[in-house]
Amino acid sequence: MKPDAPMKLRVEPFLWLAFSGGGVMAAIFLPVLTFLFALAYPLGWLDPPDHDHLAAVLAHPVTFLVLFGVFVMMLVHAAHRFRFTLYDGLQVKHRGLVAAVCYGSAFFGVFVALHMLGSAT
Amino acid sequence: MTDAGDQQTRLDERGGYRRPVPVLWWIRKPTYFLFVMRELSSIFVAWLVLYLLLFVRAVGRGEAAYQEFLDWAASPWLVVLNLVAFAFVLLHTITWFALTPQAMVVDLRGRRLPPAAIIGAQYAGLAVVSAFVLWLVTR
Repeated sequence: MKPDAPMKLRVEPFLWLAFSGGGVMAAIFLPVLTFLFALAYPLGWLDPPDHDHLAAVLAHPVTFLVLFGVFVMMLVHAAHRFRFTLYDGLQVKHRGLVAAVCYGSAFFGVFVALHMLGSAT
Repeated sequence: MTDAGDQQTRLDERGGYRRPVPVLWWIRKPTYFLFVMRELSSIFVAWLVLYLLLFVRAVGRGEAAYQEFLDWAASPWLVVLNLVAFAFVLLHTITWFALTPQAMVVDLRGRRLPPAAIIGAQYAGLAVVSAFVLWLVTR
């Protein structure tokens, strides 16, 4: 057995927990957010909300906290799932590298989220 | 495929035999294909997080930047990308809700909650959150 096996046993359950939490957030929040902000408003299916109103909603601390929490969980969810897509789907063998790139990207995304959400408040 | 090199690659770390799996194993059956499509939803979840963050940033930059973003988001390639992303999000939502009763057993006063109730509760949650978001951004 590899020397780092006991460490993996401790970390993996938390990654799966974060994956599940992010999966629930994506399932519940993303359909409406995608439909409204990526399709209905840009394409004029619905009248886009007034800029001042939207800016006021985004400037509220509760909106910041909810969006930041939801976005971070979804990023961890995506990283974890994509890691296993590379392992199982594409049979990628470099497991350590794949994990580092996936979780590293999610970690970078957390800072981007903090910066962009912070710029609107 | 009987030389020593191939034998070596077929042994896992515990020394057991592992049958090699072809890279395109998932196009053999519709269920395998759906499984891989479901797993690929992760790429679109990550893209939509980035897209929504760009949207938030544009709103923060003022009215002109907001209008500019809406125009950019209506460009054909982005609409196609977002339509595909929306389809993957729906696939994620439907499959995620369907799998929850298998991952989670809910006991209510000693009786197991039927899977249909768990799935129904999730769709109710989806409806409430969707209605709340719509109300919040358009009121």
